[in-house]
Amino acid sequence: MCDTCGCNLTPGNKHLAFKPVAKGATAVSVLKGLLQKNDDQAGHNREHFDKRGILAINLMSSPGSGKTALLEATLTALKDEFTCAVIEGDLETENDAERIRAKGVQAHQIVTGTACHLDAHLVHDALHHMRLDGVDILFIENVGNLVCPASFDLGQHLNITLLSVTEGDDKPAKYPVMFRAADAMLLTKTDLLAVLDDFDPDKAEAHLRNLANPAPVMRLSARKALGMDAWLTWLREQLAAQRARVAIGQSRRPAIQSDGMKYHSVTA
Amino acid sequence: MHELAVAQALVEQVDAVIDQHGATLARLIRVRIGPLAGVVPELLATAFPLAAAGSRMEHAELEFTHAPIRVRCQTCGAETEAAMNRLICGACGDWHTQIISGDELLLESVELETSPTLAP
Repeated sequence: MCDTCGCNLTPGNKHLAFKPVAKGATAVSVLKGLLQKNDDQAGHNREHFDKRGILAINLMSSPGSGKTALLEATLTALKDEFTCAVIEGDLETENDAERIRAKGVQAHQIVTGTACHLDAHLVHDALHHMRLDGVDILFIENVGNLVCPASFDLGQHLNITLLSVTEGDDKPAKYPVMFRAADAMLLTKTDLLAVLDDFDPDKAEAHLRNLANPAPVMRLSARKALGMDAWLTWLREQLAAQRARVAIGQSRRPAIQSDGMKYHSVTA
Repeated sequence: MHELAVAQALVEQVDAVIDQHGATLARLIRVRIGPLAGVVPELLATAFPLAAAGSRMEHAELEFTHAPIRVRCQTCGAETEAAMNRLICGACGDWHTQIISGDELLLESVELETSPTLAP
């Protein structure tokens, strides 16, 4: 939104801007997203990525739905093909970064302390601790949380939301803000479907469509190497698409519509 | 917890507006908020006095405009109201819709008190 030319004033909101007020006072229309500062930083991060032709992917889910396990399997599968790097976000411990480094991949751990999500500034600080030259794909593993991370633009190109089959197929209906933000939804731990009679993958997908989200849904098990091919193929396509965008000086923002990323503060 | 963080961002923005207009303080702050913003107005109202303590908006009234959830259907073109977890077209039932209202978290307007010497 623009504050200088007045283009954020529309016939629909003009009456809000020029309401007469008491003498000695002025009403000022602002109509500005509360998270403008975060969004500006996110745009800067995205420029860093685009300049180097990096595809940046934000992984979000509840804790324990298999983000790190997915990364381990993905990094192993892609190790001869692409150079990957990982930013890990957790409230405490270096555990996840160590798991990634054990795969021979560069990883930086962000320890958020009490903050429930990553924001663009935290990611920017992390980038300064990393070697980005030559990196093809940067994965950002967000703090495990189905609420807050959806609301912050980090500068990524794509949001991936994981839903493990142990969680219940109505999660997209319960957490619409998160699942509306997904560019792809991964149903994980599908090897457990055989012993879980209450998770219906089709229902999970139907709940996602009810959020008007056309994102592809992929079913996989990282541990048992089921369904990984479709995910890896999708990743390759996305990297190719990113390179094509970079070649013509374009970029891409995640799926969130209009003000979707402006929900939380940058200073949490 | 995140409502306090939102309140801090709000104070920061209103502070900037006060500076921009050479005003002395803010009397009324109007925030436009939609259900899909993931911020609860009541919690934000509770957090605001904490974030605003000692600032030039300490005594300002915080007012909310509640934005309804509305979607525009890309298939039939209808604009209808929708529920938070059912963002489908109310006319034809298709899920190929776009949110046109309901996910906002905007600082809409501020009423400022201008100092006597600067008042017209």
